[in-house]
Amino acid sequence: MTKVQITVNGEATAADVEPRLLLAHYLRDTVGLKATNIGCDTTSCGACTVLLDGESVKSCTLLAVQADAQEVTTMEGLSADGEHLHPVAAAFRAEHGLQCGFCTPGMVMATVSLLKENPTPTEREIREGLEGNLCRCTGYHNIVRSVIAASGQDPDTVQGLNGHAETAPSGGVEVAPGFSTGSDS
Amino acid sequence: MSIMGTRVVRTEDPQFLSRGATYTDDLIDERLTGALHLTLVRSPLAHARITAIDVEEARKAPGVAAVITGADIDLPAALLFPGADKNMVRSWLAADKVRFVGEPVVAVLTEEAYQGQDAADLVEIDYDPLPAVIDLRAAATDEVLLFEDAGTNTSNGMGLDDAFDENFFDGCDVVVTKEIVNQRVAAASLETRAASAVWGGDGRLTLWCSTQAAQGAKAEVAGWLGVEADLVHVITPDVGGGFGAKIGADPEFAVVAWLAKHTGRPVRWNETRSENMTGMVQGRAQLQTFTIGGTKDGKVLAYRLDVLQDAGAYPRLGAVLPMFTRMMAPGVYDIPKVESRARILVTNTTSIAAYRGAGRPEATAAIERAMDMFALEIGMDAAEVRRRNLIQPDQFPFTTKGGAPYDSGEYEKALDMVLEASGYTGLRAEQKRRREAGEVVQLGIGVSVFVEITGGGAFSEDASVQVHPDGTVTVLTGTSPHGQGHATAWAMLANEHLGIPIDKITVKHGDTDLIPRGSGTMGSRSLQTGGVAVYKAAGELVELAKQRAADLLEANVDDLEVVEGRVGVKGTDKGVTLAELAGKEELKVDSVFDSGAPTFPFGAHVAVVELDTESGKAVVDKIITVDDAGPVLNPLLCEGQRHGGIAQGISQALLEEVVYDEDGNPLTATFADYGFPSAAELPSFTLLDMATPTHLNPLGVKGIGEAGTIGATPAVQSAVVDAVSHLGVRHIDMPASPLRVWEAIEAARSEGGAPIDTARSTS
Repeated sequence: MTKVQITVNGEATAADVEPRLLLAHYLRDTVGLKATNIGCDTTSCGACTVLLDGESVKSCTLLAVQADAQEVTTMEGLSADGEHLHPVAAAFRAEHGLQCGFCTPGMVMATVSLLKENPTPTEREIREGLEGNLCRCTGYHNIVRSVIAASGQDPDTVQGLNGHAETAPSGGVEVAPGFSTGSDS
Repeated sequence: MSIMGTRVVRTEDPQFLSRGATYTDDLIDERLTGALHLTLVRSPLAHARITAIDVEEARKAPGVAAVITGADIDLPAALLFPGADKNMVRSWLAADKVRFVGEPVVAVLTEEAYQGQDAADLVEIDYDPLPAVIDLRAAATDEVLLFEDAGTNTSNGMGLDDAFDENFFDGCDVVVTKEIVNQRVAAASLETRAASAVWGGDGRLTLWCSTQAAQGAKAEVAGWLGVEADLVHVITPDVGGGFGAKIGADPEFAVVAWLAKHTGRPVRWNETRSENMTGMVQGRAQLQTFTIGGTKDGKVLAYRLDVLQDAGAYPRLGAVLPMFTRMMAPGVYDIPKVESRARILVTNTTSIAAYRGAGRPEATAAIERAMDMFALEIGMDAAEVRRRNLIQPDQFPFTTKGGAPYDSGEYEKALDMVLEASGYTGLRAEQKRRREAGEVVQLGIGVSVFVEITGGGAFSEDASVQVHPDGTVTVLTGTSPHGQGHATAWAMLANEHLGIPIDKITVKHGDTDLIPRGSGTMGSRSLQTGGVAVYKAAGELVELAKQRAADLLEANVDDLEVVEGRVGVKGTDKGVTLAELAGKEELKVDSVFDSGAPTFPFGAHVAVVELDTESGKAVVDKIITVDDAGPVLNPLLCEGQRHGGIAQGISQALLEEVVYDEDGNPLTATFADYGFPSAAELPSFTLLDMATPTHLNPLGVKGIGEAGTIGATPAVQSAVVDAVSHLGVRHIDMPASPLRVWEAIEAARSEGGAPIDTARSTS
């Protein structure tokens, strides 16, 4: 067993761990922060992405001992609570950049890192920047929009096509066909 | 203003985006304190007899509580699909024979999760290999049998008793026949399978599991364990995607439950991705032969579809899905003569079950390929051939020669919309220019028009709506969301009647003690059954509240209205809130909605690919879609469903394939090997809106979950073939990988590849 001291979301944590313990399992099972998910065994899916001293890493590829004496940020560390979401998380909500939610913590952390390096990315830069984070639900369309929105740009403009069914302002209220008439109850 | 049809952000998201969702492996529950961790030792061989199992060393490993083999489990092997040959049963842990790589053989229970793999590595199993049956045509010869007692590899058949009509294509000017592959793909939900189980002092099992249908899972697990259904309590935490592969229970869930009973301790199981890619059910896996005949002026007269369906080693839901493929065989076309049959075969691979579309994408892929090849043969534009055969709006309701009772549709309008939005004429002109210039990067344009069936499995769904004295509302639903956003959508439906804000409305699902009846979420059924049931229940609750308020307010029921959670007398300030009424007497309505029939959403897609003829690589540049599922309750959610479906459709056409070698070794058992698409491989999507209501429910709504997949797959495949059709290429099987495309180009060239019809007409 090896002793590690890791600052997680600003709080000191310490434990005696097996040298083989993955950082992802340290966060989930030792510290008890369950937002960080594990979706594969080959460092392909990025569901476990966290920030290590501010840089995004896949916590299933890192041993807990490699994070010793460093700072880790997980999605739980971004927002005070559900009512006060971090701007990136808020953008994911506004643009419906999540469905089942499993890739979301990793996707949000990867986005935080991406925007730190490139504050106003193009659609192509976003797609390539998030290549290591897989999502099965959204087809990435709304994830791309979320990242654009989080960067302070207009998703409709940057995406360069009529992404919504109608060109509704991002997050705005729009009446869909079929219920636009006759449902005044 | 009505909330219906508005873009409401999800009520689920604050939790999902702050502390994260709670999936089965995330559960912190005192009932699971001290749980053992299950590690399954799985077969490394596709087909083999087990000659010896030695678990002695494993039993001595640190932290091991028990090591269990098939001989220890006192449950009879189960027929997982009732319609299969009755000999095709699966043991809970294989004892005599293994039939696919990934089949569980030994269960290792340890105190800590990491100890499980250590101990599993010490299990010694001797196998006597048998020849593997992977190819469907080889399976059909019955030379090597998976189940000797069955005497055949055919699990079941559909339409096999009657021979095809040898005069079926009489009168056709042109007849085209082709064998095509609708390849095996993995659902690949990001959350793998997981289950936790504990038996209480009352003799009841509590089973938490990742499923799309808690009530179905309960019935299956109870049946497999041989206990009364009332003794099983299934709880579905948040579910990280399903796409059809998590319908009901998996055999591993029963193993987890049995082991919890056997050891007297709670047991947790969360599989690895490699286990998931070899052990979880997969989808599609059809070998199709279509024959299409018609006139030179583009009228299709007859269509035949012959299907070989891979069921995998143990027949499950996939063994029944060709029923949908046959029913939907003629698609959106009014074809005078249609015949089909399907033979469902076992092979030494993981079982096939539902995957987004489940039987319908296979039908659409076949008929759309057939229309394209027919169009090429008669030298007519692909869109024009489709137009000449579409069922017309005044023909609805329309029962096809496949036996499907289509409720409503406007197929030509959908086609026109995507053609116009794509700039189809301009695209064809650009394609012509590139062809004539002999450019390396060619343009391919694929058109699909599709219809599908939603709510095809279970027509009825339960809902309960209760207003509490504190003004909050609880909605109970038998649907089982795993990303679809029912907590938001069902709250909108309740809000529409009650006028209580959606953040005061809690939607509960997936707990079988709380909600004994329900059919779950699958087949795009949820809104048109469960959603409508919530809408109906909330409406009935309003009527109940009005009746009670009428007495209280000494008013006529007809003079009452419910506005913002308050029953008021119209034109006065007299009234009583629903919360106040609930304080006097329980204010709750249980309701059921039964649509009695499925609905048939439809649409049209145009896909545009840029294809490098030197490398064979095709990239989707644009995809423009109409996915008409009737009125849209929440465009945000609806578009999300369309996006996801489109992505999976594109991905099946270009990237994804579960591959087994001839010995049955899976070659795509990790995400490093499987063609899971990333953001970099997909474009943004252009969605067009169209809403043709159904008469089968009061909201007029149809299902949207699978539409994108069904339309996009053939559109993209067609676009790839179209990009190189002038070189003589007629068909490329999916996934249209660079190698396959390059080989098709080379084959066409070596065959003389006479360039054809470069001056095709445009519509």
